[in-house]
Amino acid sequence: MSRTARLCLLLGLAIVAALAAAVLVGETPFDGGQYAAAFGDPASGPWEVLWQVRAPRAVCALVVGAALGLAGAVMQGLLRNPLADPGVLGVSATAALGAALAIVLGGAGVTGLVEGSALAGAAAAGGLLIVASSLVRAPEALILFGVALSSFAGAATALIFNLSPSPIAQAEVMAWLLGSVQNRSWIDVAWVTPAVVVAAVFAGLSASGLRMLTLGDEAAAASGLSMGRLRVFALIAAAVATGAAVAVAGVIGFVGLAAPHLVRAAVRGDAGRILAPSALAGGLMLVVADLLARLTPTDQELKLGVFTALIGAPLFALIAWRAAREWRL
Amino acid sequence: MNLLTFKGVRASLGQVRVLDGIDIAVKAGEVTALCGPNGAGKSSVIRAAAGLLPVEAGEVRLSDVAIGRLSPRQRAERVAYLPQERRIAWNLPAVEVAALGAPFLSGEAALAKAAASLEAVGAGHLADRGVADMSGGERARVLLARALTTQAPLMLADEPIAGLDPDAQRLVLERLKARAEAGAGVLVSLHDLTLAAAFADRVIVLDRGRVIADAAPITALAPTVLRQVFGLDARWVEGPDGPLLAARRTQ
Repeated sequence: MSRTARLCLLLGLAIVAALAAAVLVGETPFDGGQYAAAFGDPASGPWEVLWQVRAPRAVCALVVGAALGLAGAVMQGLLRNPLADPGVLGVSATAALGAALAIVLGGAGVTGLVEGSALAGAAAAGGLLIVASSLVRAPEALILFGVALSSFAGAATALIFNLSPSPIAQAEVMAWLLGSVQNRSWIDVAWVTPAVVVAAVFAGLSASGLRMLTLGDEAAAASGLSMGRLRVFALIAAAVATGAAVAVAGVIGFVGLAAPHLVRAAVRGDAGRILAPSALAGGLMLVVADLLARLTPTDQELKLGVFTALIGAPLFALIAWRAAREWRL
Repeated sequence: MNLLTFKGVRASLGQVRVLDGIDIAVKAGEVTALCGPNGAGKSSVIRAAAGLLPVEAGEVRLSDVAIGRLSPRQRAERVAYLPQERRIAWNLPAVEVAALGAPFLSGEAALAKAAASLEAVGAGHLADRGVADMSGGERARVLLARALTTQAPLMLADEPIAGLDPDAQRLVLERLKARAEAGAGVLVSLHDLTLAAAFADRVIVLDRGRVIADAAPITALAPTVLRQVFGLDARWVEGPDGPLLAARRTQ
């Protein structure tokens, strides 16, 4: 078994354990009888809590985390930059802008409208990035373009927030920006999963190009691979994965940045082989983070995006400290 | 047989004309050195030959096929390109970097070729070491091995010995020479004129995007050419292993 396959197996086992914990453990402790009902009586309250509340929420966290981990790995490979994440190119911010627009225009009550609007925002950002990448090849230029896009979308979202006459809509926009998988259902899982699978397929198709980009643009362009097409595949993968994640859970930071770093040493820096382990590591991170956010004894449940940033930032600083040697190349 | 032919090639970077009517050819079995001052167009010739610099006028042909008619893969099967840039983004083991020279082979076959290429450049012992843990010279050898792994008939090397110590410089040039002796054509840009004279079968001197001389090394690098192109007052003297350039700046 290859090193990458062993790593994926290990992460898969950890995910199964984390999902089991997320389903079985909650703020309200169950006794033996309640657990028996949860596994044997579909009409019981405990069954409802485990399989209609906790389970879809945990699986949603897994899929969103996997999408963010995948998008982070794709972007770091594409831009050859260990600091890249789904937020850098403005896809997260543009998806959030789409969601905020839909909320203040009264779309929150229409099933799927906010999510669809977030996906449309991500698609618009992805399209702009594909056009930009066809015009300029240098990754630095693409990063600068993404920073501009991100800043513009952030400012536009703030403007919408600022001008919204409804405090309810303002609160909903704020909740979206803070990120959460609270109250997500199997329906959310059912629509976000195919989107992430599509992103994974495009990411897989771009893997050889991401690996070749390790040598730089010129060497990659002369390698015989169709780098233009592979770049587009990578951008589609990153935009679809990020858009799907933001559409279902709002803006959740640090997972996309940190997940690839957790597994990079184990795949020995291979920008192609890192994709699957990054997705699994991102999923694992978010399932665990959501469980910890749920279990943290606070009056109001911690928002997942806030929690990942609070835990993720110092953890990432530690990882960055250890990885700094590689960055000095 | 000409592996590479330029006919009246013109190219620009932005508003600056970098190649201004270049006519050159690279033959199988020969090392051809491109020499000239900074900005003369050496890298531009190599990038145009690799299909990385669009040509405004004239024609670039690889093994007698116009480069524009070749798919990226067909181009890569004809040309191995060793860029001047030695940055490697991630800390891959050397053998994995060398295996990037064979992206169309299966993993096992690519790694086997990569291991052989590393042995050929005297870096077999580095195969499993991450490139971040290597010196500049070791990394240069690994990247040369990557270019050798492609096994394309034409090797383009852009200043492959820049920044290397004298031993590493000679090792790199010896491997390029061995590649030519095995039947490939090698086009290499060099600033060290003594090494160009020692290793090249032919030297092309460029200045401001034009070919100034194209001949056997000592003929192409004649004192009059060196004075005109480099502003050097120079002459060739016999050294223990061949001609050495004795030079000083003209006032």
